[in-house]
Amino acid sequence: MTDRVTGTERVKRGMAQMQKGGVIMDVVNKEQAKIAEEAGAVAVMALEKVPSDIRAAGGVARMADVSIVEEVMEAVSIPVMAKVRIGHIVEARILESLGVDYIDESEVLTPADDLFHLDKKPFTVPFVCGCRDLGEAARRIGEGASMLRTKGEPGTGNIVEAVRHLREVQSQVRRIVHMNEDELMTEAKNLGAPFEILMQIKEAGRLPVVNFAAGGVATPADAALMMELGADGVFVGSGIFKSKNPEKFARSIVEATTYYQDYQKIGELSKDLGEAMKGIDMKTLRPEDRMQDRSF
Amino acid sequence: MNRNKYRIGILSMQGATEEHASQLCALGQEPVLIKNKEMLENVDGLIIPGGESTTIWRLMKKNSLIEAVQQFAQLKKPIFGTCAGLVLLGKSQVETEEPVSLKLMDIQVKRNGFGRQKDSFEANLDVKGMKEGYPAVFIRAPYIASVGENVEVLAAYDNKIVAARQDNLLVAAFHPELTDDNRFLELFLSMVGEKSALII
Repeated sequence: MTDRVTGTERVKRGMAQMQKGGVIMDVVNKEQAKIAEEAGAVAVMALEKVPSDIRAAGGVARMADVSIVEEVMEAVSIPVMAKVRIGHIVEARILESLGVDYIDESEVLTPADDLFHLDKKPFTVPFVCGCRDLGEAARRIGEGASMLRTKGEPGTGNIVEAVRHLREVQSQVRRIVHMNEDELMTEAKNLGAPFEILMQIKEAGRLPVVNFAAGGVATPADAALMMELGADGVFVGSGIFKSKNPEKFARSIVEATTYYQDYQKIGELSKDLGEAMKGIDMKTLRPEDRMQDRSF
Repeated sequence: MNRNKYRIGILSMQGATEEHASQLCALGQEPVLIKNKEMLENVDGLIIPGGESTTIWRLMKKNSLIEAVQQFAQLKKPIFGTCAGLVLLGKSQVETEEPVSLKLMDIQVKRNGFGRQKDSFEANLDVKGMKEGYPAVFIRAPYIASVGENVEVLAAYDNKIVAARQDNLLVAAFHPELTDDNRFLELFLSMVGEKSALII
């Protein structure tokens, strides 16, 4: 028996593999965290505000107050994630020192660095990052992200961007898998993707890390749609606690994610849910309010 | 080496189901993703994968799978639980208000026994009956705090029991499905083989 090794690529990526087929829910206090756990969430994301409130509040959105993160960690036995600003090394090290289980380097917060994402490899704690296409996905993996989520447009309750991003990534992965090796370097250049990561995708026939869908999931049917399109699981931000009946929405979204092809069941789950969160049409969103465009 | 072909169910509420499925395929077995109790009737063995035990438990409860899996075990059909699967198969849990437990195996489980994700680790493990060390991947892993007399301890790490067998039940606190080492799956398939031989 030899000594243990922590923070390996395998345990960081493996942690996300254990989340597959599940729902990760945004929460802002211990009460919400309990509701999420009771409903069957696989993890909670501890935040100061859910994305739709961040949108409404404007100003600079930063890492949550440490006391909120601690409160949530104490309240539940499921993993706790928390967000840091893109490129904010110190926010990330603070969350790591608190023992948070996963860090989301997130475009939902105001970026701290407008050129560089975090170098995530030296951390023991694993990271999840957003992506809109394979270039972005591969760059994040290259920086050491152990999990991805397609971005969608956070806080809108509108699934259209999430669908676009997931379809884009899936279709580009399929292209890579069917390419000849001699075509890969030019493809890497065109996508702005590290060549080595594209090689890994070609060899494995899939992304080397788990890819959840995020940004706009508001109903059980939305969650099932993302699974149908090939997501490994879903993040639900504002969709639960901005609905009229969070408990019911949470439970139904969890079950619809597992039984995403059982349409009769999803029909049942969609009965008498009450009002979903109020959504935003993408056409009414000003370009400067688009969170998805905040990364490089 | 077991090369008969069996239908092996993988409880697919949530978790690392694909990883188990591809390992089964690599050994020439037929994986069946189980989402309802009817599907349990036609499989020779069942794997309860790693995932979030509370999530898996709630979905099992909601979809009548608790009694179904208990009946499956009573037929002496083999069940292999990894990580969350170990938690669910155990009879009781340490320091838990509301245990998530199928009450099948005579073990007491400590959930997240090795700590949070930052404490997740890889280690080379000595396993009873295996000549060479096993590359074990522990992710927010549980351990077995105590065992009943009918339980055979297969491995311990840091004086904590992390793999065990009782009759038709096999559990590991770590994740064989995240490695290329098939020895635990081979062991499980040999249990399935013994059971199937009895029927014939």
